[in-house]
Amino acid sequence: MAGGPVIEARDLKRVYKTTTGVIRRKPLEVEAVRGVSFAIERGELFGLLGPNGAGKTTTIKMLITLLLPTSGEARVLGLDVVSDAREVRKRIGYVFGGDRGLYERLSAYDNLRYFAELYGVSGKAQRLRIDEVLELVGLKGREQERVEGYSRGMRQRLHIARGILHDPEVVFLDEPTIGVDPVGARDLRQTISDLVSGGKTVLLTTHYMFEADALCDRIAVIAKGRIVGEGTPAELKERVGGGRVTEIEVFGVDAPTVGRLRGLEGVTAVTVEEQEQRQLLIVQSTGERELTAPLLAQLDGIEVGRVASREPTLEDAYISLVTAE
Amino acid sequence: MTEAPKSGGIGFAGAGAGIRSAARVFWTGFVLNFKILSVSPFMVMTAALWPLVYATLAFLMFRATHHAPSLLYAALGAAVMGIWSTTATSAGGAIQQQRWWGVLELLVAAPSRLILVLAPVTVAIAGIGVYSIASTLLWGRLLFGVPIHISHPALFAIAIPAAVLAIGMLGLVLASSLVLYRSASAFSQALEYPIWLITGMLIPLSLLPRWIDPVAWALAPTWGMRAVRRAAIGGDVGTPLLVCAALTVAYAGLSMLLLHHFERLARERATLSLT
Repeated sequence: MAGGPVIEARDLKRVYKTTTGVIRRKPLEVEAVRGVSFAIERGELFGLLGPNGAGKTTTIKMLITLLLPTSGEARVLGLDVVSDAREVRKRIGYVFGGDRGLYERLSAYDNLRYFAELYGVSGKAQRLRIDEVLELVGLKGREQERVEGYSRGMRQRLHIARGILHDPEVVFLDEPTIGVDPVGARDLRQTISDLVSGGKTVLLTTHYMFEADALCDRIAVIAKGRIVGEGTPAELKERVGGGRVTEIEVFGVDAPTVGRLRGLEGVTAVTVEEQEQRQLLIVQSTGERELTAPLLAQLDGIEVGRVASREPTLEDAYISLVTAE
Repeated sequence: MTEAPKSGGIGFAGAGAGIRSAARVFWTGFVLNFKILSVSPFMVMTAALWPLVYATLAFLMFRATHHAPSLLYAALGAAVMGIWSTTATSAGGAIQQQRWWGVLELLVAAPSRLILVLAPVTVAIAGIGVYSIASTLLWGRLLFGVPIHISHPALFAIAIPAAVLAIGMLGLVLASSLVLYRSASAFSQALEYPIWLITGMLIPLSLLPRWIDPVAWALAPTWGMRAVRRAAIGGDVGTPLLVCAALTVAYAGLSMLLLHHFERLARERATLSLT
């Protein structure tokens, strides 16, 4: 087999057409993906990070042949996702997060049996493979129970089992740990890690930075339909490297004050995390000058709690990239 | 750019296995969808009890003729009406339900042809309608003394699944647009009563204007109904059975074309995941 990227997107664009109004309908075009390009090599775990509505799921759906690109080109294992859709489908697995996507009234075993048939896994190979994937995702012994009685974590593991039943070379995971409790999410991350160890190429989207940091070989950050940063987790952190992050706990900060903080020399980004009655100000700066005193001066008259300074994390790099857009 | 391997990790071994594989996909889909429907007592009760209303009306109408075979004629007509009603009202809903469950996208993303995925859904619904045959004949026997004498039991056993398959495939033709449009089931529901009339389920076709005949002949349930009645009451079963089978195959071909077209449009318009 020739070398080269397993997944490749070149200037991929997708526009959604919709209408507004009831009687006098007006056409409306929404640009969800605006020219995305990236390449993923064999055996890589590639993360696609971005806020809600950034275009992650739309990008994945174009790659797995569920959406036609408006323009641009995408290939999976050298096959065009538009003209060779059926061949692409045979070779990929798709898993998404959430409660939907399973036959609730059937047992886990019947769910897997049906999808095995749809992917051409039959007879003895089917039984062996179902046993194998049930073992891999830790559902062995629970397979005869109806899915409607499963917890969120168990459903998610069943989703993964379904997605890899036909032993695909490439697996697309769209927010697979969303809504799963911490222990369940940790088990799922281990399963994802095992997939890559087993030689699969994985494209993962997630909102959880620590998850991306722990799992991904490379990451692309997408915002407003464009890739705004790409590299290994270390490289992305390096982008805000040399910089500092100052966290200030405040009570009742207002928008004009946050705006003044953003205007301070050396400040690259300010985000506000609401924490019940208080807020946590996360101030990223170039690190060239000490900013604690000027920051506190701007907060005059506002009750201030804990103040801390630390090295930037992947989350800081992500926030810096996304807010810069 | 990586060169594509000859096949996926497991499965799709060769073209020769295509027909066997297609039959397995259809059968597994049928069994599992039948299972999903059968665990719903509401669905089964509706399928079994709904046609009893039609049957009662038909028995009262046909009893006036004082002719015993016509009561069996009415009973079978009411039973097949039940199968069609279940299909017309539920087939579209069942495909829409796959959308609500978030399964429709996964089914489209699978490499199997969409007809092999969706046909089992509509045929399973028509299959649930078989409960109506048992309940209607029992109802007729116990309350109206309808004689249950089947002239050709073996042909009757073939004609019933043939009629079910024909009705299921007609349901698929009508429901195929559901892949693209979310509210298309209203159309197939509106066809519930016209199909009763045109296919001769309720009253003999000879009572209808002649210009309706070509429409009736193009509908597989007309021939399925005729085969079921002739197998029970007497007459040539082979011809209606063959025409019914041929039209069912034609419906499958038409559904395949429609589904291919609607799937492409759905990928273009992004309607697969909409609820």
